[in-house]
Amino acid sequence: MKIAFSTSGENLSAPLDARFGRAPRFLIYDLETKTFTVIDNRKTMDSAQGAGIQSAETVARSGAKAVVTGNCGPKAFRVLSSAGIRIFNTGAPTIQEALELYRAGGLTEADAANVEGHWS
Amino acid sequence: MILAIASGKGGTGKTTVAVNAARVLGSEVLLLDCDVEEPNAHLFLPGRVNAADTVSIPVPQVDESLCDGCGDCGSFCEYHAIVSFGTLPLVFPEMCHGCGGCTMVCPPKAIREVDRRIGVIEAIRTGNITLIQGRLDVGVAMAPPLIRAVKARLRDGTPAILDAPPGTSCPVIATLRDVDFVVLVTEPTPFGLHDLKLAVETVRELGIPFGVVINRVGVGDDRVHAYCREEGIPVLLEIPDDRRIAEAYSRGELIVEALPEYGNLFHGLVEKIMQGKMNKRG
Repeated sequence: MKIAFSTSGENLSAPLDARFGRAPRFLIYDLETKTFTVIDNRKTMDSAQGAGIQSAETVARSGAKAVVTGNCGPKAFRVLSSAGIRIFNTGAPTIQEALELYRAGGLTEADAANVEGHWS
Repeated sequence: MILAIASGKGGTGKTTVAVNAARVLGSEVLLLDCDVEEPNAHLFLPGRVNAADTVSIPVPQVDESLCDGCGDCGSFCEYHAIVSFGTLPLVFPEMCHGCGGCTMVCPPKAIREVDRRIGVIEAIRTGNITLIQGRLDVGVAMAPPLIRAVKARLRDGTPAILDAPPGTSCPVIATLRDVDFVVLVTEPTPFGLHDLKLAVETVRELGIPFGVVINRVGVGDDRVHAYCREEGIPVLLEIPDDRRIAEAYSRGELIVEALPEYGNLFHGLVEKIMQGKMNKRG
């Protein structure tokens, strides 16, 4: 299974970005092969509106079945949920730490958006 | 003659210029308040709203029994108002610009359009002025369709003055399209000059003749004057930084009524524009 992490960096030691919709990149980690790919999201990040929707589409196309991020707004939440993607919010500082929490079952699945739209 | 009053920056005096110019015109005039997020021209004109019409845009509604989840609607929509990944499409009506594209590209014809209200248009008649204002509903971020609906009230042969929203974004472009002349209101400050330059670029891009009104002359510096000279932009009117103007404004009074000595200034503005227009198109 693949997991998408919101981040500003390009590897596992990079910080986990608190924003889902306007994250600069997504690191897609494959739990089976223990490898990852990075998707550039800066074009979406700079869009005037609908960043959450576009980011959710990007993540859905990547084949990820879970998202680990700081915060997720209502529109992104709706798109991710309808695509069958589970959402986990965490304050973990890096992707590595968030991944370890996920593996250890230390993350709680979100049942709703945890911030309003246009939260920055 | 359709005249628009615009500015790069908010709070420069667009509405002041628009309502005073409309009043001194004397003849029948339409005053269109296109600042639909915060219309304020009515504050200076006594009179009650005597007509209000709601304005809607068409947004998609999906018939789930017909949809086969092909996703064509979602990949067509530039605004991400409709999203589908081989599932039933999700619709975000607040993102929809009402273009109707998703309805047209849907192979099984599963999408139909339903009206979504975005605001109202109100009319107020006072003296020689008929004020038409758009009022966008709270929470709606779709000003251009409402502005176009306000502009649909223009009447052939009746002069019109359009009070534009501040800035240079979509609502301003929607306001300025197809007008005959633009008055850019600015103030002689660094902020005023900065935003005036953006506004000048916009108006030049649209290819509309324009001139500048400098408000609060006496504050700031002379860089706005110098810029207009260098760029060959006509300065149509200079309104002095007079405390009595601010006081009249704060009471919701027209300058030309509270301070008749300024009447000639606004008369001059209107005449210059009409003259300029005749020179250009005559």
